[in-house]
Formats: sequence, C-alpha cells, structure tokens
Amino acid sequence: MLSRIDTKTTYLGSMRPQDLLVPTAAGLCCPIAGFHIDPVRGVDRALITHGHSDHARPGHRAVLATRETLDFMRLRYGEDFAGATQEVRYGETVRLGRVSVTFRPAGHVLGSAQIAVAANGLRIVASGDYKDVADPTCAPFEPVPCDVFITEATFGLPVFRHGRPQDEIAKLLQSVRLFPERAHLLGAYSLGKAQRVLAMIRAAGYDRPIYLHGAMETLTRYYVARGIDLGDLRPVRGAPKAELAGAIALCPPSALKDVWTRRFPDPVTAFASGWMRVRARARQRGVELPLVISDHADWDGLTATVAATGAGEVWVTHGAEEALVHWSVANGRAARPLGLVGYGEEDDAQGEAGGAEA
Amino acid sequence: MNRFAALLDRLAYEPSRNAKLRLMTAYFAATPDPERGYALAALTGALSFQHAKPGLIRTLVMERTDPVLFALSYDYVGDLSETVALMWPGPRDAAPQPAPRLSEVVGALASLGKAELPRRLAQWLDGLDETGRWALLKLVTGALRIGVSARLAKTAVAALGATEPDEVELVWPGLAPPYEDLFAWVEGRGERPASRDAAPFRPVMLAHAVEAEELARLDPSAFLAEWKWDGIRVQAVAGTRADGRRVARLYSRTGEDISGSFPDLADALRFDGAIDGELLVVRAGRVQSFNVLQQRLNRKSVTAKLLAEHPAHLRAYDLLVEGTEDLRARPFTARRARLEALVARLAEPRVDVSRLVPFATWEELAAARADPEAAGAGVDAEAVEGVMLKGRETPYLPGRPKGPWWKWKRDPFVVDAVLMYAQRGSGKRSSFYSDYTFGVWTEGPNGDELVPVGKAYFGFTDAELAEIDRFVRRNTVNRFGPVREVVHEAEKGLVLEVAFEGLQRSTRHKSGIAMRFPRISRLRWDKPPAQADRLEALERLLRPDTESVSVRPRRRDRAVP
Ligand SMILES: [Zn+2]
Repeated sequence: MLSRIDTKTTYLGSMRPQDLLVPTAAGLCCPIAGFHIDPVRGVDRALITHGHSDHARPGHRAVLATRETLDFMRLRYGEDFAGATQEVRYGETVRLGRVSVTFRPAGHVLGSAQIAVAANGLRIVASGDYKDVADPTCAPFEPVPCDVFITEATFGLPVFRHGRPQDEIAKLLQSVRLFPERAHLLGAYSLGKAQRVLAMIRAAGYDRPIYLHGAMETLTRYYVARGIDLGDLRPVRGAPKAELAGAIALCPPSALKDVWTRRFPDPVTAFASGWMRVRARARQRGVELPLVISDHADWDGLTATVAATGAGEVWVTHGAEEALVHWSVANGRAARPLGLVGYGEEDDAQGEAGGAEA
Repeated sequence: MNRFAALLDRLAYEPSRNAKLRLMTAYFAATPDPERGYALAALTGALSFQHAKPGLIRTLVMERTDPVLFALSYDYVGDLSETVALMWPGPRDAAPQPAPRLSEVVGALASLGKAELPRRLAQWLDGLDETGRWALLKLVTGALRIGVSARLAKTAVAALGATEPDEVELVWPGLAPPYEDLFAWVEGRGERPASRDAAPFRPVMLAHAVEAEELARLDPSAFLAEWKWDGIRVQAVAGTRADGRRVARLYSRTGEDISGSFPDLADALRFDGAIDGELLVVRAGRVQSFNVLQQRLNRKSVTAKLLAEHPAHLRAYDLLVEGTEDLRARPFTARRARLEALVARLAEPRVDVSRLVPFATWEELAAARADPEAAGAGVDAEAVEGVMLKGRETPYLPGRPKGPWWKWKRDPFVVDAVLMYAQRGSGKRSSFYSDYTFGVWTEGPNGDELVPVGKAYFGFTDAELAEIDRFVRRNTVNRFGPVREVVHEAEKGLVLEVAFEGLQRSTRHKSGIAMRFPRISRLRWDKPPAQADRLEALERLLRPDTESVSVRPRRRDRAVP
C-alpha cells in the first residue's frame, strides 16, 4: 500500500515498480528475470549485497555478488556454499533476461554493494545495508539516482546520530591510558566492524599489539590479505594474563559476557555499535565503555541519502520503518514499509537485545 | 562543558568505586579552574538554582521537531532528557554556536530570570554534542544521578595531592564553588583554607567488628559497653556565627549535611559543640525499628504530618567538642562525663544519652547482647543491633583504628532458602552468575511452591562464587536475557543459608516481605530443597507479639568462650 500516490513519476512502457521487484517470503524477488536479492532461503538465483549472514545465506543454486562477498561466504560456509557463482565488479552491468543489474559500493563492509535493477527505463536501487561515512576498510558509498530507493532503517529514528567515530576511538585510547593495568575488551561484530575499528585505532597512532578472539582471526586475516594494514595483531589464545594488562583485545559481542573474559586482568568492557547511543541499551548489556561506531547510516545519513537518490518512491525495510516512512511522506515522497522478515537478526549476539551487526 | 559531560557519561556506566575515583581525579588534574570547581560543586550537590521543569524542555523540542518523530523517539528511548539530547536538531541557518563552559552555565542558571531561561537553554543545546546536551539537561532538571557520593568526589580531589579525604572534609564547610583555594591547597600551591564554619563536621571514629573468640583475648575491665542502636549514625553540631546567628547541623557519618530532612531535631540542638550519636525515631518514649525510620527517610518532602508521626531523636554516644574546647584527645570516660552533663543541662526530650551496659566478664556481656530487653534496653530492645565496646582511656580518633573500639553485633537471622534465579553481575563479575534470587516454601493452589523472598549478591567467597556459577550453568531450566532460572524442585536444587538483619512488609514483592541486608552465609549442598524454610517462619518475625520461638527464624548462635 502506498502512503501517497505520486503523480510525478511516469513509468515507461507501463512497467510498474511492483512488476520489477516484489517482496516475497524468500526475500525481494524479480519475477520477470527470476532472481532474488539477499534471499533468506535457498533459491535458484541469488544476488547478494554483502557478506553478513542475515543477507548472505548458503544453499542457493547460483549466486551473483562481488568477489569479497563470495569470499566471505566461502570462508563462512565452505567451498560448496552455492551451486555456481559469478563475480561482479562495482559499476559493471550484468544482463539477466529483460533486466539489467549494476552493483555500486554501499560503504557498509568490504565488498558491500547496492544493487540497481533496471528495465524499460525504470530503475530500483536495493541498497542492502549502507553507511554514508568514511571507512578505511571499504569503498565509499555512492548515491545512485533511481525511481524507487529501497532503504534499510536499522537506525531509522532521529535519536540515532552516530557522531564522529574518531572521537569514540579517542575515548577508548584515553581509557587505556588511564587504566594501564586493566585489559580493554572491545566487542565488535567480526565482519567489518572489527576491522574498521582496528584500522581506526591504528590511524589514531596506537601501534602496540592488539589481541584477537579466535572467532575474528580468519576474517581479519582476509582483510589484511586484501591489502588493508591493521598493524601487529596477535591471538588472545595462549597469551599470558600479565601480557594482557593494558592491552586492547577485540572479540565478538557475545564473548563479552563469556567465561572467556576471565583470562583478562580486571577487564573494561567496551562495545562498538550504533545501539550504544541509547543509554538503556548499553546498560542492559552491562557495557562500561560504550562506543558509538556504526556500519549503518544514522538518521541524518538515511534522510540525506533518500534525498540524494532523487527517488520519488521509498521502500523501507528492516528496522524502524515507521519513522522513515513518515519522514519520506512528509518530504513529498511516496513511501511504504516492505515487511521483509529475516534481516537485522544478528548471528553472534545470542539473542541479547540490540543487533550485534550495527 | 563537553569535558564535564564526558566525565559524567563515563561515571554513569562505571560500576567500580576505585575506577570512578580515578576518572574524577584525572578530570580534576586535567581541567583548569574554575571549570573543575563547578564540576566538583555539581558532583557534591553544592549547586543551588531553580531547576527547569520537564515541560519546558518538552516545549523547546516540540518547537523544533516533527511531533510524530518525537513521539516515536521518546517511546523508544524512554527518558525525556535523553530523547531531547539525542534528537535536538541543532541550529538552523545559523553559524554553529560555541560550546558553553560549565562555569557560564552555572553562573547563568543562578542569575537568569524564568522568562530568559528557554532561549538561553536552546542556545547552549545548539552548541553541544549529544553527550553534552544530555549532561546539560540532567543538570538543569536536577536529575544528575550518576552514582557518585559527595564523599567520593572529595576523595578524588584529595588524591590530587597527598591529602587525606578527612582533611578535605574538615575544611569543606568553609568553602564555596569554584573551590580554587581548595585545589591550590591540595596541589601544594596554597595555604590550608581556614574553616570559618560555626558548625563544622569532624571525621567520625568507627569500630571494627569483633567475634567472641577475639574478645577472649581482651581485658573486660579496660572497656565500657553501650548499646549499638539500629538507626543512622550522625554528628550533631551547633554553634554561633561571628554575626551572632545560630547554626545547627546534622551530618551523616560521611559528612553529608542531612539537616534539611530533620528540621525537628536540628531545632533542638541548643548547645555549642559536636555530639556523636544515633538518629532514631522515638514515639511515646519507645525507639522504633529501622523500618519506621526508613519511612521517614524515603519521603521527599518533610511534612507536618511526617514530623508528628515520625519524630526524630538523638541518642548521644560521645562529645567531641564543647564550646571552643576540643575534647577528642581526652579519654572516653572524661568525654562521656562531659556529655552527660551537657545533655542534662540541655533538658531536651529529643536528646538523651545512650545508656551503658553493665558487665564484668565477657560472659555477662554476651548474655546482655543475647537478651537486651532483660539487660536494660527494655521496650527498645528490638532496635538494638548489638553492643559497642569502647576503651575507657582511648581518645576519639578519625577513621577505623584497630583496638580502641569494637562492635559486637547481634547474630543475624538466618533462613534456608532455595536458589530460583541467577543473574550475571557487572564489572569484574560480568562473566559470573553472581546475583541470586532465592525463595522459601509456601502453600499454593497446587500444593507447596517456592515464593521469592529476596536477592543477594555477596557473602560468599570467590571459590563459592565459582561453584554456584557452575551449578547455575549446569542446571538452567529457562533463560530471560541476562537471567537464568535454575532448577528448584523438592529434591533438585541448591539450598542457600541466607543471613539478614531484619524484615519489613513490602507490596512490591509477591511474598509481601523484604529483607534487610541479605547475604549468602553458607551453601547447603547437603540439604535437599524440600527441607528449606517456609514463608510462615518469616512472617512470624514481622509480628513479634505473636512470638512462638519454634517457628521464628533463628538467630544464628555462636558459642561464647
Ligand atoms: Zn550488514
């Protein structure tokens, strides 16, 4: 249901947006070319925006994605994660029947893409997850002009404003200086957030070894192999307790409350996530040093991006859809919530409140 | 203001006292005057200005935001100040405002008229980031609750140099924000500020706990004993200012001025000196239980009805100063004689001297402690927490010196309860299930069931914590976020011996009771849950008149040497 009928948009060749992409139980589907975008169950042909497990699932017959996204799926699910794979570069257009698809950088994690789907002069951009701020570990987000923009709304409320991530890193390093006898345990999602935080800590001039939880080693090694310098990294495993005093260690958010933390001397619990902006959320997780660092656009980023695409129509998915739909309509666009399910469900927070991948 | 905000932000999340102290000391060391002084004033509650009403803040934000978006946001965040701090849109079509300094904010709040406040507040909000706006709004609405006591903030200042916190406490009453003379003194750049206060606080002397075994090594004739009353330890100080005006104050044992909550008692302090004593509620000549005192403490405003129904009383233990004469170096017997004379002259029904407990041997004192009613406490026996032993010849020393004073508390009540839920701790304990909800048996619609009666998170050793943690992880039957429900059936579960100081009625708990100071005193791995205590035993404690010793929770007894 459209909240408002938009008369400015004319669809050539009588193609309507819902003929090109339609939400189904398996995910967003293109019926005329027979593919799904980020399907949540096995399909014949899947186009994958990025490597996070709620978007990139195993068991499809054919997968089209960027090289890095395919590599992440391979690392996570093994070589036979899909029947066939096809690699696509940013800016490259692939024809699928009557429909052409183009992948553009989404600025979310390494290899993340927005997918522009076009036919008969109508263009819809499915942006997957995205952020419009600098990230030293991935290609910067590019707004793509389109008729219909499909946006995530993980942080789709005006209270989510992420601020300057450098300030958050400074907060961490200041705490490390103030408590040199304690370990600083930093929870961060193991794909993307961890490596971005590592790169930012290095950019802030911190050059001592940083310790990694076992669950982050493979993905981080992959980033390094792709030419992203993250400095001296060491496994937590086997490090004597005394060596961890005054050190920074990264782990998946779920490990912050694990018996695993007992190997650290008097740890300070830090967590890098956009959810840390809301105090009740941070307290609920028992975080002592919340760092507001997000790989999703904040409210200002979402609204600026919607405006920059020039789209007359906005489809809103996973997150706080209601507020962003309201804003879009108030700002002269047709808008509706998509009602897709299965996204934004973190795969390593073990059901605790607040998305880990944020 | 942004730096102060960052400190508050960090303090609000930090559970450890020691870490809070270091955060504050680092802030005071890095922040120039007068900013740090106003921060100290804010942390110690020494700022006074008319607080902004939440309505004003709501109006400000409604003028600048979409009402639907505000409603959705407020609903999500749940706290007005925080919602406004986060979604404040910033200046439109204007150059960015400079961030206000804390000194500027404090100065303006004290002098601004009501009509000017909204515009100025909006200007400040425009100049601050999310954390700065949050701190500002908490400050102006008087809702700065970050888990730091005035004492802790002063201790952090003392740590800037090699000053004892008690020394800071001594000069504090003569000081005013922004405390530049205080900082200069602790940093070794200036003279010790003179105490100009007519009723200053003196650091309190505290006692170590003692057990019967240790007492056996002490000489009973060297000590006097008095009842230890279950109220609030206070220092009542009164004097005359240079201009002839009377000043009377009640301080808590950490030096916080609590006179405002007890005007009835403050008015009765018609003497010049400093008395160490216990604040109690006395009705018709009878000392009320701590529960009754607590009802008075919990009220925000002191109404005439409250004053009439919960009259405050001072039971005096010691005299530190009389007139201009400092008695603290004198022996306890001499101070006590002066105290008795002063209280007799005062002839004020709200003030009396705590009576001595006569004894010649430790056995006699043990008997008095076990039955205060028969040993002279009479109808006030329920409010006796134990006995205090004070060396006859000892001076009054600040802090907790070992030797001159001992407190010998009555044995706590104990019940055997069954562990029902366990929750993760925080800070160092965040990987342990260290907060326990326990229950006792009661008759339910389907036979006996366990009803929760309290929570405890200390009393056990580190080794016992690890054992309970292991038990919780292996016997979880349900999870609710950070809480685990553990098995608690007649034959399966963990029995905890819980010690506590008393009970009160509570409508917040399903069981109808709340425990005072519960802690785990023993793990009863040997006991099946079916043999844990019943709710009736606890209820009996709430109605001491219907005493029936067999089902009352017992006081744990220890052998007397
Ligand atoms: Zn993602």
